[in-house]
Amino acid sequence: MDIHEYQAKELFRGAGIPVPPGEIATTPDEAEEIAGRYGGMVVVKAQVHTGGRGKAGGVKLAKDAAEARAHAEAILGMDIKGLTVEKVLVTPGEDIATEAYVGVLMDRKKQAATFMVSPEGGVDIEAVAEENPEAIRKLTVDPRYGLLPHQAYWLANFLYEDKALARQATKIIGQLYEAFQANGCSMAEINPLITTPDGELKAIDAKVSIDDSELFRLPDVEAMRDTSDEPAAEIKAREAGLSYVKLDGDVGCCVNGAGLAMATMDLVKYYGGEPANFLDIGGSSNPDKVVSALEIITADPSVKSILFNIFGGITRCDDVANGLVEATSRIDIDLPIVIRLTGTNEEEALQILEDNGFSAYSSMDDVVEKAVELAKA
Amino acid sequence: MAIFIDSDTKLVVQGITGRDGSFHTTEMMEYGTQVVAGVTPGKGGQTFEGPDGASVPIFNTMDEAVAETGANTSVIYVPPAFAAGAVMEAADSGVDLVVAITEGIPVLDMARAHAFARDQGVRVLGPNCPGMISPGKSKVGILPAQIVEEGPVGVVSRSGTLTYEAVFALTNLGLGQTTCVGIGGDPLIGTNFIDCLEAFEADPDTEAIVMIGEIGGTDEQEAAAYVEEHVSKPVVGFIAGQTAPPGRQMGHAGAIISGSAGTAEEKMKAFEDHGIAVAKRPVDIAGLIQERLA
Repeated sequence: MDIHEYQAKELFRGAGIPVPPGEIATTPDEAEEIAGRYGGMVVVKAQVHTGGRGKAGGVKLAKDAAEARAHAEAILGMDIKGLTVEKVLVTPGEDIATEAYVGVLMDRKKQAATFMVSPEGGVDIEAVAEENPEAIRKLTVDPRYGLLPHQAYWLANFLYEDKALARQATKIIGQLYEAFQANGCSMAEINPLITTPDGELKAIDAKVSIDDSELFRLPDVEAMRDTSDEPAAEIKAREAGLSYVKLDGDVGCCVNGAGLAMATMDLVKYYGGEPANFLDIGGSSNPDKVVSALEIITADPSVKSILFNIFGGITRCDDVANGLVEATSRIDIDLPIVIRLTGTNEEEALQILEDNGFSAYSSMDDVVEKAVELAKA
Repeated sequence: MAIFIDSDTKLVVQGITGRDGSFHTTEMMEYGTQVVAGVTPGKGGQTFEGPDGASVPIFNTMDEAVAETGANTSVIYVPPAFAAGAVMEAADSGVDLVVAITEGIPVLDMARAHAFARDQGVRVLGPNCPGMISPGKSKVGILPAQIVEEGPVGVVSRSGTLTYEAVFALTNLGLGQTTCVGIGGDPLIGTNFIDCLEAFEADPDTEAIVMIGEIGGTDEQEAAAYVEEHVSKPVVGFIAGQTAPPGRQMGHAGAIISGSAGTAEEKMKAFEDHGIAVAKRPVDIAGLIQERLA
């Protein structure tokens, strides 16, 4: 789960990291009022779940409250990479002497949290890694011991020659690791970590992703979920316990298992079609899940045919067939549905489906080809 | 022969009294797996009633279970909040292999559990995996037994049902398997492709290998390089997720293209560059294996 910059900053503040104040505005009036209270220069920053806000014009410096209002007017409602801006963060402008990057993420290969720091902050760290890899220092944290003090100091010393700054940075790096652990993060970054002309360090931008598997035990973090820029279908799917990702095509896909679901989408493409979605109904043959899946797929106006691909393993195909029959009797569907079931109790399942007027297949290729053909008809 | 599990596997089921644990214990026993013990804290002294009147003693701790029964392998059907703890308890108990089926274990928990298990020299499979089956010998996990057959093909995959698809197609062509291993769809997994390739290469009964990957991470690319260097047996590969958009998690926690890294194209190219035959469709996997065994 991605959280907004202002929420990430709350987590960082909670860990003791120096973060400038900031408040959220949802209207130009609010933005003006907040800017007026801060006085002087402020930054108005779009809060959306994507990077590249600055390039898209979603981050603007304002010299006073009136200008903050004008910027908020322009930014609120703006479209950034398909997401509508509903909120802006208004935060005092800072005098910046230097900008550094400090980030920590779960490294799949090392199977441990790994820090990356660079004195070249305020830019895309992946670009730095590519063009100037020696400007990055990395450190993998042993999960058995956590981040050790000398390791944090070693990272900080790469950023600052000044002793006082390195000391401050050591503390911030330690606090970032604590925030990362305490909030179940898969990624947490400060970019940039600035120094002010007075020699103070401040985290002026923050980005955090949370491991979804942590949320059951972190209710305060779960409460940060903002679904306003999430498609309604994906919210509904999550609540129904389904994995769903909307795509651009017209063949609605309903599959059991994530790998098979991806392979089914690929096969739709192979046969000249375009998948409308990724949807994994999991291992269950529960009719309620099938109903939810069908409701989600049919709510997408671009869907022209519906394809079920079920591999019965532990799940019995006849159970799934009965679930499907029940589900389709509970909701009205005008679109053609083609179904492929194979594996355990396949013959019984195909019989049930045929008795109820469905086109049933046992080959994955045949059913995908048919679904593509129906979508084009 | 087979890899990792065979007829000498003596299994303890952690979470044996839960809904999934009890169901799959019965399935495993029906297949012929030697299930020698179960563990559920607080239910020690009870017994699990399996098929055909067989009963399995339940212990409070892994330590007791292993001491009393000589179990050498454990399988975990424990809820996500406690599963990483169960992996570490198993790794501490004297078993050689821990198979973690549970989906949704916090990644930070697994980072600790993997580090702990490595220290103990214990192999972990998973988590978020279907387990494995050595046809005719033993099944540990949830793979459907009726789709497998004994034979010369080793199968390793990150997926569940997609593996079943490939295995079923092999079986239908008369190509049985030595062992089918589902390594799991999580970002941090224990046993990886390379571990399985190494074991299949060393297994005299395995004559060809199927490797099924998906988007996300770089394990497939590294495995491909390993194949060219160290594997003499023919390998057929498949990658799921050619149509997956970047930045979106496709079901499995580990199935996500980050930036431009971890795409299906990149992985398929790595396979081809290192001499692995790439199946364009799942149905082609079995055919490519057949050609190579002819």
